[in-house]
Formats: sequence, C-alpha cells, structure tokens
Amino acid sequence: MNCRSEALEVSVEGRQVDEAMLALLHTILLHRSTGKFHYKKEGTYSIGTVGTQDIDCDFIDFSFVRVSSDELDRAIRKAVGEFKDAMGNGTDGMGQISLEFYQKKKSRWPFSDECIPWEVWSIKVNVVNLANEQERQICREKVGEKLGEKVINIVEVINRHEYLPKMPTQSEVDNVFDTSLKDVQPYLYKINFQITDTLGTSVSTTMRRLIKDTLAL
Amino acid sequence: MMDSDLSPQDKKDLDKFIKFFALKTVQVIVQARLGEKVCTRSLSSPTGSDWFNLAIKDIPEVTHEAKKALSGQLPGIGRSMCVEISLKTSEGDSMELETWCLEMNEKCDKDIKVSYTVYNRLSLLLKSLLAITRVTPAYKLSRKQGHDYVILYRIYFGEVQLTGLGEGFQTVRVGVVGTPIGTITLSCAYRTNLAFMSTRQFERTAPIMGIIIDHFVERPFGNMGHMHPCNYRAPGEDEGAYNGVEDSQEVCTTSFSTSPPSQLYCSRLSYQPPDFCHPSTLNAADPHQVTTQMGIPGKEGGVPQQVPVQPCHGAQAEHGRVSSCPPADHVPATPSSSGEDAETSSRSVEVKSVSPCDVLETTFTRKVGAFVNKPGTQVTTASLDLPFAAFAPRAYDLEENDPMVQPPESPATSSPLQGSLHSQGSGESGGPAQDDFVMVDFKPAFSKDDLLPMDLGTFYREFQNPPQLASLTIDVSSQSMAEDLDSLPEKLAVYEKNIDEFDAFVDTLQ
Repeated sequence: MNCRSEALEVSVEGRQVDEAMLALLHTILLHRSTGKFHYKKEGTYSIGTVGTQDIDCDFIDFSFVRVSSDELDRAIRKAVGEFKDAMGNGTDGMGQISLEFYQKKKSRWPFSDECIPWEVWSIKVNVVNLANEQERQICREKVGEKLGEKVINIVEVINRHEYLPKMPTQSEVDNVFDTSLKDVQPYLYKINFQITDTLGTSVSTTMRRLIKDTLAL
Repeated sequence: MMDSDLSPQDKKDLDKFIKFFALKTVQVIVQARLGEKVCTRSLSSPTGSDWFNLAIKDIPEVTHEAKKALSGQLPGIGRSMCVEISLKTSEGDSMELETWCLEMNEKCDKDIKVSYTVYNRLSLLLKSLLAITRVTPAYKLSRKQGHDYVILYRIYFGEVQLTGLGEGFQTVRVGVVGTPIGTITLSCAYRTNLAFMSTRQFERTAPIMGIIIDHFVERPFGNMGHMHPCNYRAPGEDEGAYNGVEDSQEVCTTSFSTSPPSQLYCSRLSYQPPDFCHPSTLNAADPHQVTTQMGIPGKEGGVPQQVPVQPCHGAQAEHGRVSSCPPADHVPATPSSSGEDAETSSRSVEVKSVSPCDVLETTFTRKVGAFVNKPGTQVTTASLDLPFAAFAPRAYDLEENDPMVQPPESPATSSPLQGSLHSQGSGESGGPAQDDFVMVDFKPAFSKDDLLPMDLGTFYREFQNPPQLASLTIDVSSQSMAEDLDSLPEKLAVYEKNIDEFDAFVDTLQ
C-alpha cells in the first residue's frame, strides 16, 4: 500500500514558529483522532466523544480548533518545543517537521514490529527575521491568512477519503490507534523533524559528507 | 432515484444521519459566529446523545429555527439547506457575509456502508466544518461584534441564493460524503469585499456600509426566514429549557438587554480602552480630590454600575506633611451626569476633579478635635473669648519648640505641654513673632493630658522620631574610632592571654 504524502510550507517569524506548528498539527490530529473505543461482546464497540476547543494565537492573527485533550496537547507541544529549540533562536533558518501516521505490523521473533506509515504530512518552515514593528504587524496578518489557506488544504486532502486503516478488532487496536491517552484516541503517529542550515544543506547530509570524507582519507 | 438497493433499515438510518447532520451543521456554524470561543469536553465513555461522536452543544433556539426551515423535509437533490451569516450595524445597515450550503448531488455511491462509513465520514466532515468556520473572514468579525455591529444568521431551505454576497465572492469546499442516495456536499461562499479592508477599518468607518448597494436586491423567493442574532450563549449541559431571545429582527438595541454574556460586554469595552486616570498632581496647599469612575458591566442589561475607584486624597496642609489616611467620612463625588448617558460613560472613564468648595468641606477641613490645641486650663485664658482661639499664635510656642517640627532630642526633654502648664508666661516672652505659622499642639484623641507627666501624647512625641544612632554621628564615630584604635593592642593582649579558652570553645563547636 502506498503511503500518502502531503507537503505544506509556511514562512514565519521566529516567535511564530510554535503557534504555527501547533495550529497545523492540531488541525490534522483533529481529523485523525476518534473517541476512545469500548469493546463489547460479539465484537461490537462503542466510541467515546471528542470535544473541541478554540485556541487563539498570540503572535499570529489566527484561531484554530483542537481536540480537547490536555495529554495530546502536551505531547504535541513537547515535540514542537524540541523542533523550535533545534531551529535555534532568532536567526534565519529552515526546518521541516513531519507528522507520520503509521500502523504496526507484528512480526515474529526475533524481528521487531514494523511501522508502516500510511500518511505523512511534512511542514516546511522558513524562519525570517524582521526589522521593525510595522513589518511584524504585517507578518501577523499575512501568516494568519497563510495558515488559513493551509487549513483549507488540509481539509481538502482529508476529505478525499483515501486510505484509512480498517477499524481494528480489540486485539489489534494498539496496532492502529494510540490507546495510551485517557480521553481521545488518535491514530498511531510520530513526529520527526530535521533542520537545514542557511546554506540549504540538511544536517544529516553534512554529517554524511564529513564521514565519507574522513573515510576517504 | 433507485432506493431499492438500500435496505429499509439503512434508508431509515441514512435519513436520520442526514437530518442530524444538518442540525449539527447549523449548530457548528452559528456557534462559530457567536463571538465567543467554543470549548467542549472529551468524554471517554459515550453518553449516547453525542451525534457523530463529537461534543457539539445544541442551542435549542437554533435547533428550533433549523427544524422550522426544514419543515420536516431533508436536504436532498435540489433541496439545499443554507445558513446565511450577515452583519448588521448599530445604524441599521446590513450586509451578507457568507452563505453555508448543505447540498446533495446525484452522484451515488451504492457500495458504501451506511451505518459505518457514511457515519464516520459525516463525523469527519463536521470536524472539517469546525476547522473551516474559523478560517473565513467572518470569524474575525464575529469575534469583535458588540456595540458597533452584530452578526445575524438566517436558515433557509431550497435554492441557494448568493447574490447578496457581492461581486467576486469566493467559495471554499468543506467536504463531500458519498451516500447510496447521492453525494452530500458542504461548502461556503463568502464575501471578499471585506478582504481588502482590514477588519479594523471596517469597525470604525461605518459610512462604508452605505456604499455597498448591491445587497438591496429584492428577494424573489418566498421563504424568507427572520434574521437572528448570533450573540447568545449556549445553555449549560444541565439546562433543558432556555430563556433565549424572542424571534426578532431588530437586534441592535436589544443586544444589550438580551442578557449578554459579560464577556461580550467586556469586548465592547475593549473598543475604547478606558484611559486610566492619573491622579492630578496634588497641590499641598489646595487639595483636590480626583475620583476615577469606570463603567462596570452588569450581569443583566447594559446599565453599568458607577463605582468610584481609587480616590486620591489631597494633602493635609499641615506644615507640608501629607496625611495618608483617608478620612472616614469620604464622600465619593457622584456627578449628576452619570445617569444621563450610561452607555458612553460605560465605555470611557470620567475623571472628575472636584474643587474643594464642592464636596471637600466635609473631608478636608481640619478636624478640630484631633489636631487643635485645646486651650489649657491656665494657659490662654485671655484668648478664650476669641473665635478660633486655638489657631491664634501663642507667644511661648515658637516653631523651634514645636515638637511637630523638630523632634525632641531625648526623652528627658519636658513636653511643651508641661511647659505650658507649669511655666505660665515664664518662657519666652515677646509678642506674637510668627503670624505665618499656626502653632498647633499635638493632642492625641481620647487621651487625657493633665494627669500624668508621661501621657500618650508625650510618649508619642518623644518616641515618634528615633534618636540618631550613636555610631552614625560624626564626632562620636570619629572619637570611637580613635578610641578603638588605641584600645586595640590592649584587647589583643587580653585575647592572647585567654587563647586557651577560645580554643576550647572552638573545639566544642566541632
């Protein structure tokens, strides 16, 4: 099965990185989370209720809706915080954060479980530095509009109703959903990121080149 | 349309899903235009009443209006359900902002499972609706609604009308869900004229409303529902009945009285942020009173309560000293204009500077009892006949002896009061040297002054100012420094002699 891959790109000011990432990641997760499953006899199950809440951004003229789950919010904020730290402070830079939904496939011993992604969202971030307050004000509004466009893009992709994992039986539910949260149940996901320096080369390629050069000597 | 492929149970389920989907769609749209942030809780166990596994509250009036518009029918092919969002200014101008359309087209998906796939996809579509309703331009406008304008909604059923949106309106598709009887589509057409104006500009320049003439289009269709305001709060989870707004078109003036949420009122206040007054500089000789008044939103209606805040008190002009305790009988200045224009005063802060003659007589006149010297029994017999005799300067009470001006040097100093009692006239004689100063003896309230030499007043006077530290006076310190230096060798000798003692002490510490 092919993994669906979607790319989004935003240019933001340094202090807007957190909120922009939260807005987009939460919008995606809103659509990729269900209520908690409660399995009953005869293979039926009932689904819990997902609440939502409005979040206003402080540095961007934008509001978004996220799932009402503090646990999920904390997990996303932690990942975004790590991404922000890796991006550095204030200087221009580029980075990419990716949200990958995957299924686990149990393998026999000694092989570990396989993680098979079925949808990957890549969000490219360009961080710009602004000179004065007027530019920042314009940036607030512009980034707000851009994020609105990105939300429309996300909704468009999701409503194509392409591949979604089958609803699992009770024994399989942990291969499809993250059942560790108390109140909601998102599909299994992981968040990765990579930072590119201003030269446009990613850190990993630089390292690879260094190692190759060292070995070549 | 062949429905025979669909089992009766599936058909029944599908109709129910579509009906409740339509009702929930309306709820999401209207709640997103209420002007408040929406927040609902996730529940791990289903309650059985949360359609599409989403916590979307039901505002009864909105459900009622939606059902009225549907009149027992369901959205279907050629029968669209539309929610029109418009803006109405306080001057009566109105303008359509957006129209949300729930339509069905003929494209069927026969193989799709109704009770499972369709249901889940409708749930997904509602989530998308939640996200998109925050993205269209009307969202920001609705968050700032209040005094200048309100957001209204209208539900109608039948043909979609988009002419009121002006030229160049944009459309955004929220999503589609295929069903065996047709494909449900949800989309939004929104006005873009505002997109070129900043929302701030729109709030302030109301005359622009007059320029947009294309919305005065005579509506050819009969089923025109009334416009409803999007400015009431959803009832709490436990509330069944809802005492909401009656179906009324005119909402501008009633938006205050329709038990607005206090947050709405505060948002109106935020249009013109109150200028917190700074107390005017106090002239020591001529005290002014400054009262800050802010309109505080009341829970019902729009009448603010005038509450004086932070009254600043003038200086008690007693030898330049400022009293920091407000007198107990402080009278807040309540200007007569507070009743006249409650609305404007609720949005701005009035700074009232009351001249002393108006109100302050009761507050800033010297309290004769506390601070005025009671004529002693033997002292000023001659002046007792004079009015304000207490204020008359007395020969023996010169400024340098006044304990309020110069602190007593040591407790041994006899109080001037004693002096006045026991040395009548034997002190400094001489005419009234100081006409400028009014000598006032310190008389603490409720204390008797003729019994003990050390009364409360004396005690207070004498210990009011602490004496200078001996080590800080220059000559004393220099003396002691010299003394210290001289005595140093002796001290060292003593310590060396007792060195064993010190060592033993140190050992006990370890």
